[in-house]
Amino acid sequence: MDVVSPGFSGRRRGGADLPPGQYLTHEFPVLSAGPTPHILTDHWEFTVTTESGEKYKWDWAALMALPAEEITKDIHCVTRWSKLQTTWKGVSLDTLLADVETGADFAMAHSYGGYTTNLPLDDLLDGQSWIAYEYDGEPLDPEHGGPARLLVPHLYFWKSAKWVRGLVLSDTEDLGFWETAGYHEYGDPWKEQRYAGD
Amino acid sequence: MERTALRRRLMWQVATVADVRRETDTARTIVLDVPDWPGHLAGQHLDVRLTAEDGYRASRSYSIASAWPGSDTGSTIELTVEQVPDGEVSPYLVDVLKVGDPLEIRGPVGGWFVWTPDQDGPVQLIGGGSGVVPLRAMLRAHAAAGSTTPVRLLYSVRRPESVIYVSDLKELATSDDVDVRLVYTREAPAGEPRVGRIDADVIERHAFGPEAGATTYVCGPTPFVETVADLLVAAGHDPAHVRTERFG
Repeated sequence: MDVVSPGFSGRRRGGADLPPGQYLTHEFPVLSAGPTPHILTDHWEFTVTTESGEKYKWDWAALMALPAEEITKDIHCVTRWSKLQTTWKGVSLDTLLADVETGADFAMAHSYGGYTTNLPLDDLLDGQSWIAYEYDGEPLDPEHGGPARLLVPHLYFWKSAKWVRGLVLSDTEDLGFWETAGYHEYGDPWKEQRYAGD
Repeated sequence: MERTALRRRLMWQVATVADVRRETDTARTIVLDVPDWPGHLAGQHLDVRLTAEDGYRASRSYSIASAWPGSDTGSTIELTVEQVPDGEVSPYLVDVLKVGDPLEIRGPVGGWFVWTPDQDGPVQLIGGGSGVVPLRAMLRAHAAAGSTTPVRLLYSVRRPESVIYVSDLKELATSDDVDVRLVYTREAPAGEPRVGRIDADVIERHAFGPEAGATTYVCGPTPFVETVADLLVAAGHDPAHVRTERFG
């Protein structure tokens, strides 16, 4: 179906290799479903719960003690903005999950404030995701998910849960907050998987 | 966080512009005739897709400004678009698109920033600038359902001529159950003593208190939403009952 919009030519701020339907922004817009939680690092804890109910916990000091990585990645929000070459510092999920015994296929990320989002466990491994606590060389601002957020840049950015406090691993796939509100269960920007069924 | 799950494939549909209404210097309401619109909840949005002669495309999301089914809209839906300086899609929607033109849309989208008449408790709406658009849909849904749920709208604008839906809000405010308060940040009409942003004092005097058990919907530019949501939490509102939609 090709419906031409009479008189529309567009601005074509292109040049960049963007996923379909995305445009470039130099801002860093904020999208959250509720008020921004303000979590002190003293009270911060990250818990991985396996399919057998076993729990692995890290407090802030334990997270800081783990080897960190500098990450430079493009990010793509389902609301259509993309931001190129954003720089982060954080701990790879490969590091955090190294000693976790699991055969689970799926993970549900849980956040302070009640937000959830679901991901296949494979998408969190092999250098594809981090618990990020710095952005642009500064501690991560609460508006952007500080003190720490999940960073999964190869999926739409709602999968990169702000204020992350844990992962619950499971053999079955449940749906998270936006996924039950009509958004795609996987969210690959390059396949333009914005909404359920895309 | 209870919601109706909406899991069906959304298809692009061709709507036809039935009418346009200038709201302010920079905002326009577009009335769309959509032959197979599945209906929507107040607060949801849709995607608009524009295609140039050579096939170049650009899409953006816009809040739906009308209720469904709204006695005011019959089989049509309304969008209100604020022109973003340097924008790619909004200038076309505000200045170029005309009655009779086709417009591709896809929706409705969103299941969180919505109000339905069967929801319990009072409703507090707080909008900044064009953030009033989905809130107007909620007010329309409230009126269409004949709901007696108390609703308050706190609407922050720069100056009197920035107000979107002037006559509409006047009419909606005649209901005993609806209270509309405008907050002017730059310039107020004659007889309105206060000029300034929404602060703790405004929240305390004009919004439902935490004890009322209201669901609060805050929509507008990011800094506005961030400030208002923080004020609400500081005033003792349960963050779980504050729903936000930030315009990037």
